[in-house]
Amino acid sequence: MSDWSTFFEMGGYAAYVWPAYGISILALLLLGMLSWRAMRRSERLVELSQSADSRP
Amino acid sequence: MLAYANPTRFLRLARTLTPWTLGAGILLSLVGLYLALFFAPPDYQQGEAMRIIYVHVPAAWMALFVYVCMAVSSAVAFIWKHPLADIAAKASAPIGLVFTALALITGMLWGQPMWGAWWVWDARLTSVLILFFLYLGYIVLWGAIDEPTRAARAARILALVGVVNVPIIHFSVEWWSTLHQGATVFRADGPSMTTPMLIPLLVMAVAYNILYVAFLLIRMRMEVSERRLRTLRLGLEGASS
Repeated sequence: MSDWSTFFEMGGYAAYVWPAYGISILALLLLGMLSWRAMRRSERLVELSQSADSRP
Repeated sequence: MLAYANPTRFLRLARTLTPWTLGAGILLSLVGLYLALFFAPPDYQQGEAMRIIYVHVPAAWMALFVYVCMAVSSAVAFIWKHPLADIAAKASAPIGLVFTALALITGMLWGQPMWGAWWVWDARLTSVLILFFLYLGYIVLWGAIDEPTRAARAARILALVGVVNVPIIHFSVEWWSTLHQGATVFRADGPSMTTPMLIPLLVMAVAYNILYVAFLLIRMRMEVSERRLRTLRLGLEGASS
């Protein structure tokens, strides 16, 4: 328990270390998720319009 | 003629590579984070604040690397007019922008406890801020010009002109007396860093590189689809009129 609290204290630099890791993880996660969603949306739109085109 | 080249082969390759690169990038990032937080020892001068370096330095390396990739793609687009080259450059810009922002923010979080200031107008920090605005300008330029071939041309020129900033960033710590510390890994006499610190740094750097490939593939697939949609729409308008 105290091991973990010293770990989270980061030798007094907790206020700098954790935001640095937090923002890195958050920003990359958000970039990946937004890119993925936009890619899925446009690929689906292409599929839809191509199937609409091939209708007799 | 190449402007209508069918990127079907690229799409097939990208579809198989996307899940693998994404999976490998996430897995290696988790390993890197574990090594950075638990395996790496605290620095004898900087203490635990040293751990910020493991997310700061790889982001800064990527900020430069992605820009070089963007400039090379732009040059390829100019010379060989390959349609995927413009797409690769355009897809890289937002990824580079995020890495540059992360390098700046994590740098500020390190600077405040170590230098006593969030920001100083020193050569390294200023040149990286210029890199951030180059990425931003590049993205804005693509959006500002409606005609795709003209937008691509303007974007290529900006990417190629901006590449002069890359060596400036790299050598800024040698050319000017700066607060930012010099290179500790890419040195002529080898890395001046202990192995337990070097390993987490390199793992994080490789993880960020793989994530870049994964995000690039995803964003290139998005661009290819959007271009296809645009031509489909133009075809429909042409048919109805």
